[in-house]
Amino acid sequence: MPMPAEGLIPNASGPIISRMLNYLGINKLEDLFSDVPGSILMNEPAGIGRPLTQSELEALYSEKLEKNVTVKLSFMGGGLADHYVPPLVDELVTNQEFYSSYTPYQPEISQGILQALFEYQSLMAELLGMDVVNASLYDYASALGEAGRFSVRVTKRKKILLATTTHPERKAVLKTYMEPLDVRIVEINREASGEISLDELSANMDEDVGMVYLETPNFFGVVERKIEDVADMAHSKGALLVVGTDPLLAGIVKPPGELGADVVIGEGQHLGGYMNYGGPSLGIFAVRKSFRHIRQLPGRLIGITKTVDGKYRGYTMVLQTREQHIRQEEATSNITTNSSLMAVRAAIYLALLGPDGIRSVAEKILYNTEYLKRKLSDLLCFSVLFEDSLHFKEIPAMSEIPWSEVNSWLLRNGILGAFQVSKLFPEADSTGKLGLLSTTEKHRLADLDLLLRLMGEVCS
Amino acid sequence: MNRRYVQAKWQLSEGILEPTVFELGEIGKGGVVVARVEDELRREVGELEDLIPRDLQRGTIGLPGLTEPEVARHYSHLAQMNYGVDSGPYWLGSCTMKYTPKVAMKLESHPSLRNAHPYAPEETVQGILEVLYELQEMLSSITGLSKFTLQPAAGAHGELVGALIIRKRFLDLGERRDEILIPESAHGSNFASAAMAGFKVVRIPPSEEGTVDMGALRAAISERTAGMMITNPNTLGIFESDILEIADLLHSNGSYLYYDGANLNAIMGWVRLSDMGVDLAHLNIHKTFSAPHGGGGPGAGAVGVIEELADYLPVPVIVKEGSTYRLDYDLPKSIGRVRMFHGNIGVLVKAWGYLKLLGSEGVRLSSGIAVLNANYVRKRLMGMGFEVPYGKGRPCKHEFVISLSRFRREYGVRALDFAKALMDRGVHPPTMYFPLIVQEAFMIEPTESDSLSELDAYVYAMGELADLARSDPDELLSAPKNTAIGRIDDSFANKRLWLSWKVYKDRESS
Repeated sequence: MPMPAEGLIPNASGPIISRMLNYLGINKLEDLFSDVPGSILMNEPAGIGRPLTQSELEALYSEKLEKNVTVKLSFMGGGLADHYVPPLVDELVTNQEFYSSYTPYQPEISQGILQALFEYQSLMAELLGMDVVNASLYDYASALGEAGRFSVRVTKRKKILLATTTHPERKAVLKTYMEPLDVRIVEINREASGEISLDELSANMDEDVGMVYLETPNFFGVVERKIEDVADMAHSKGALLVVGTDPLLAGIVKPPGELGADVVIGEGQHLGGYMNYGGPSLGIFAVRKSFRHIRQLPGRLIGITKTVDGKYRGYTMVLQTREQHIRQEEATSNITTNSSLMAVRAAIYLALLGPDGIRSVAEKILYNTEYLKRKLSDLLCFSVLFEDSLHFKEIPAMSEIPWSEVNSWLLRNGILGAFQVSKLFPEADSTGKLGLLSTTEKHRLADLDLLLRLMGEVCS
Repeated sequence: MNRRYVQAKWQLSEGILEPTVFELGEIGKGGVVVARVEDELRREVGELEDLIPRDLQRGTIGLPGLTEPEVARHYSHLAQMNYGVDSGPYWLGSCTMKYTPKVAMKLESHPSLRNAHPYAPEETVQGILEVLYELQEMLSSITGLSKFTLQPAAGAHGELVGALIIRKRFLDLGERRDEILIPESAHGSNFASAAMAGFKVVRIPPSEEGTVDMGALRAAISERTAGMMITNPNTLGIFESDILEIADLLHSNGSYLYYDGANLNAIMGWVRLSDMGVDLAHLNIHKTFSAPHGGGGPGAGAVGVIEELADYLPVPVIVKEGSTYRLDYDLPKSIGRVRMFHGNIGVLVKAWGYLKLLGSEGVRLSSGIAVLNANYVRKRLMGMGFEVPYGKGRPCKHEFVISLSRFRREYGVRALDFAKALMDRGVHPPTMYFPLIVQEAFMIEPTESDSLSELDAYVYAMGELADLARSDPDELLSAPKNTAIGRIDDSFANKRLWLSWKVYKDRESS
């Protein structure tokens, strides 16, 4: 009886192996490893157990995942939320020609993925109000790390002003990426509204600053309303303004590209991707049509071209001379494998929803957010931070009752509750009372009311 | 044997294959509404104009509006004009384009994974944590490295993590070591990752055999050497037989040996990395462990380290206490964070499934057959006169490199032309012009996923092209003919930089 692995390896059968070994003039597979010092050749199994059949594997996996607690509704915030994924997106990315292909180094046989990635670049550029988007980075946080490195290359300056309301994990990643470059990061405080303090920004703004960074919505879900002022301040000293955003916000609020941002980064997993316990994710990186900036971009870029005979429009990868496989240690980044298939997901999502669909999803999120905010404030033991500001998707709720109690009551009723900020980021909440709730287009009004009813019950 | 391939080609107007979505739908209007504000909710909350200040409201969104059937057709057309591992031979050297078992593919779509929030309380995600922990254990068994992080999103991301760990280690020891040694034939990302972590790169030239030149290595090692990044087998597909001596030289100098796992598919189940003296390594989950490449990603780049470096891994790490699993954020020496959350989980579960499917014997068999296939194809090509510049006298591992420079010299046919003509024969070309130390290089990695008849068909196609290069070089120079589009003008694209539809549309005015 062949073992299950042999079903994956066409030449694994005895007679074929013999025939091939015979052609090579050797007796056994081991002879092909004669160049490995005998002292380190393994003579016992790798220690990963016996092979499973396909049906055993599925059964085992299901058995393990049954140990998870599944919920019917998720309101947890903190940077990722439970969005609706149209089935067409899943359907199309299961084409093996997309998912099992490599980076399109051979354009003639890869026009499909090249065009899909070009469309991603183009659709995302329209949504964000920018000109050029790369063909993806790993995630929002590594995009911030790359933005920091980008700003040093473009401005030759080694100081970054960072809004203190930036997601703590992104702050941490920026720090990791900047440490070897010896870049100084200065945090800019917030105003009472939860938005960046223009006074403090102005006080720290000088000609050493290469990059000003803020997020909209920020870690507390607050939408920044003075990005244009921030842009003016940054530009007056020759610094770049980098804005991190949730691309869905651009469905109803003017995008950062129309407010003076030089670079826009963000998380694209919200566009047709699942939470998947955090990844795969999709790092967005967008710039304006400036050759100085485009030349310094990290990651792959797809461009329109023509055939050599001039008869057809086609697509190919461009400016590869920026990349590691050619430029080695002088490359703009080490990135190679990126998040292409997630970018294709985002492209299909944006193409399907179009302007009306995106606006409608964004509006639904905004209305849900506003509704929850108002109703939460009506409950005795909850209040909302920066209540008078504009929030999107994430709601920073302060609770007089320990969040562990609130959340376990919600969980008993099939709901994943708030992310308690102090558990992971004590520096972002010293009170221990702050929880981040999120709401998406998936939540119907009845779902919001259920959450509010249950939270009310904890209060009483 | 004499097989041909004609790729689907959709041509909807003169000079244009499939139009872009911007040409298919009306701009700024339409699209599919998948969610909307209920009337009651709108009544309750009020008008949008009262929520967002007027000057911040979004105007027209310049996206095209299409219907669902139009979008379905459009992207189906695009898929048909692409080529995947399930289409035919895809022997990209150093990329390990192996078949992804569909049962492993399926694991990512389990609702209990898809809907799991990364900040969900640990007690609600025990199943996922257990799967990830088991994957770490299996990777440890294969490599002999004691601790793993699954966070890096790709191989190069793993290299950066590795280089940062080395950096942090010496900062803690108070030693100023700012150089990393890298063989000239290494993957380009090694150089870039070392530089990103603040190291100066010192190149080690190859010996005549194509392996690390031991004399040059000895000369390069100094008190400033933090470590060496090595791929073994190297990018020529040759096993670095001096690996134990290389490791000794570094260790006796207090330096670390980093292993680039891109070529692990050659030795999985045959040699443990720890037995080679490796201190830390990244593994490409999307190469060796069968997760698909996704047209360029997402992948995953697990990093393993010896005990001495375990405290430096990025946070959080998954730990097991009794029979429960949790995330440990308390690693004071950690290099910090390299991404958000815990990794590309949807990719990682496929590797877990793949390894469970193979078991210990299957792991060894996979690498054994990958190496057998490579040696078979190499010998057949050599028999037809193709030149193997390095390592002829010894077995290759999972890949090998041929040089087509003779064809360029004698008939004006380049490796690029061979590549384009291969496509017409239903074969995705191998990695070209790499490693840089070989002229007109073809780097060929058949993997264990192809049958003997596929190997023979590939060899036949190469033979046919060698004959044509002599008798009718134009046939190669004008290839490909059977792909959706003919030969692409790369330099035109680089001059124009039409990088988005917006930029392309505005081309006349700028």
